[in-house]
Amino acid sequence: MATAHDDAPMHLQAARNGSVADHVARPIMRVENVDVYYGDFRAVTDVNLAFGLNEITALIGPSGCGKSTLLRSLNRMNDLIEGARVEGEILFHGENIYGKGVDPIEVRRRIGMVFQKPNPFPKSIYDNIAYGPRVTGMKVESMDDLVEESLTRAALWDEVKDKLKQSAIGLSGGQQQRLCIARAISVRPDVILMDEPCASLDPIATMRIEDLMQELRKQYTIVIVTHNMQQAARVADRTAFFTAQVSEGSGARTGVLVEYGTTTQIFEDPTDQRTEDYISGRFG
Amino acid sequence: MRSLQDSLAGAPTMPLKTGRAPGERRAAPLVFLILLWLSLAVAVIFLITLIVNIVLEGGSRFGLPLFTEYPSSSPDRAGARPAILGSMWVIGTTAVLTIPLGVAAAVHLEEFADRKHWFNRVIELNVQNLAAVPSIVYGLLALAFLTLVGVRDKNIVIGGALALSLLILPVIIIATREAIRAVPAEIRDGSLALGATKWQTTWRQVLPASVPGIATGSILALSRALGEAAPLLLLGALVFVSFDPNGLLSGFTTLPIQIFNWTGRPQEGFHELAAAASLLLLGLLLVMNGLAIFIRNRYQKRW
Repeated sequence: MATAHDDAPMHLQAARNGSVADHVARPIMRVENVDVYYGDFRAVTDVNLAFGLNEITALIGPSGCGKSTLLRSLNRMNDLIEGARVEGEILFHGENIYGKGVDPIEVRRRIGMVFQKPNPFPKSIYDNIAYGPRVTGMKVESMDDLVEESLTRAALWDEVKDKLKQSAIGLSGGQQQRLCIARAISVRPDVILMDEPCASLDPIATMRIEDLMQELRKQYTIVIVTHNMQQAARVADRTAFFTAQVSEGSGARTGVLVEYGTTTQIFEDPTDQRTEDYISGRFG
Repeated sequence: MRSLQDSLAGAPTMPLKTGRAPGERRAAPLVFLILLWLSLAVAVIFLITLIVNIVLEGGSRFGLPLFTEYPSSSPDRAGARPAILGSMWVIGTTAVLTIPLGVAAAVHLEEFADRKHWFNRVIELNVQNLAAVPSIVYGLLALAFLTLVGVRDKNIVIGGALALSLLILPVIIIATREAIRAVPAEIRDGSLALGATKWQTTWRQVLPASVPGIATGSILALSRALGEAAPLLLLGALVFVSFDPNGLLSGFTTLPIQIFNWTGRPQEGFHELAAAASLLLLGLLLVMNGLAIFIRNRYQKRW
């Protein structure tokens, strides 16, 4: 699984732009020349990225730079928005997830997602976790074990093991978000997308999620969108900086990838002036 | 602390104004408030007068015979038993016909239909308008339909239920759509992001979450149907039924029609019976609306 995609068409990439994306050692996902449109509006343009296996990649940038849009394109959640369209290729294990005959349902099962606002189902804690395996028809030997395993991995088991039958709505915000992470890993995805997962949490809950991410990266590949630069610096192996480009004629804002590299390089030695300005707090 | 206070000592102060505001600023709201209270009072007084009147007139007849006896030419021996049973049959059949259909239509319109397509927009507009159509028109429609399919005796339970179903279908569709729309998008996203299909998401997340709203809307719609007489009269509803309705093809009468009939009689005794039956009908409506409110409060906002 880990190496199946290493023979992806590297020469094409190199010919195109020779970007840092090529230096990701074991890419599980590749974003190649991607534009995302909403109707006629081009929200993101010309993105080339690669996400390394068992790495955490952070997408940062000011509001409206298209990072969430791009994230939602990575597991075809954007399909649900009317008029949304992706051009270019997003390769997952070497296969274009927008290719003909690819089932978006299967894409979403393999590439899970955690949202900005914790969104537990109005069901019991147990049923929140069991829901995914049930609807996807996963062959599960013991649902109880799977629920325990998922909650343990999400560092929530000890807090909820005595109240699995209680409604998930009664949990605190931080617990709800860890429940959502447990729910996402219950269907055994390869990649977990996180869309500002700590935006609505307090600093302590945020810290717990960040610790959890470090645990999770041993088994999963994580792509996280964050507004919080310190968070990116703390958790991410690689960081991609996006910004919004305002077109001169129409004034339309289009998200572009400015710079992509290891988090250390982006934060300590950015090559692009715009990255440096953003990192040092001069705008955004 | 002291040094801070000292440094603030010279700061300009601006005390809050005290005392009453000028008269003209208080008069207008007061007048408006009184008008609002008056409007409310008018509505409440009418309702109370009506109820007191009914209780005074029909209270003495509100007893066991009302529930157990058949209509009779003598007010002292008459009861509303067939009408009560008839109402139950018709409303029950209406519920069975309408709720699944209405919910299915709402789910389609809300979750699956392409909202931009002209066809769906026409349907949407029509559903909105149909909810405001007078009930007698639905009676005509049911009458025409039954004639078309060759039913000779149209005063049958299924015929009445058909007319009432047409009447409340738009109401149930609208109520269900609102309940579905109230389910947060995050719940749908959460389900879809796990690899659930659209259908699974609708069936396992959206519908269960909207059950309280659907139940409330359906009960209110059915209570409206319970009080309807016009469309049933058009179907030739019998006003003098001396047997229990026993099936979908059985002849029937309902409480509002029985009340209508008794009110038209010259004897004072029948007027009292009409009042007693009205009391029963009012009680039933109160119970149904109470149930709807209970469900709404019990299951309000679980996310």
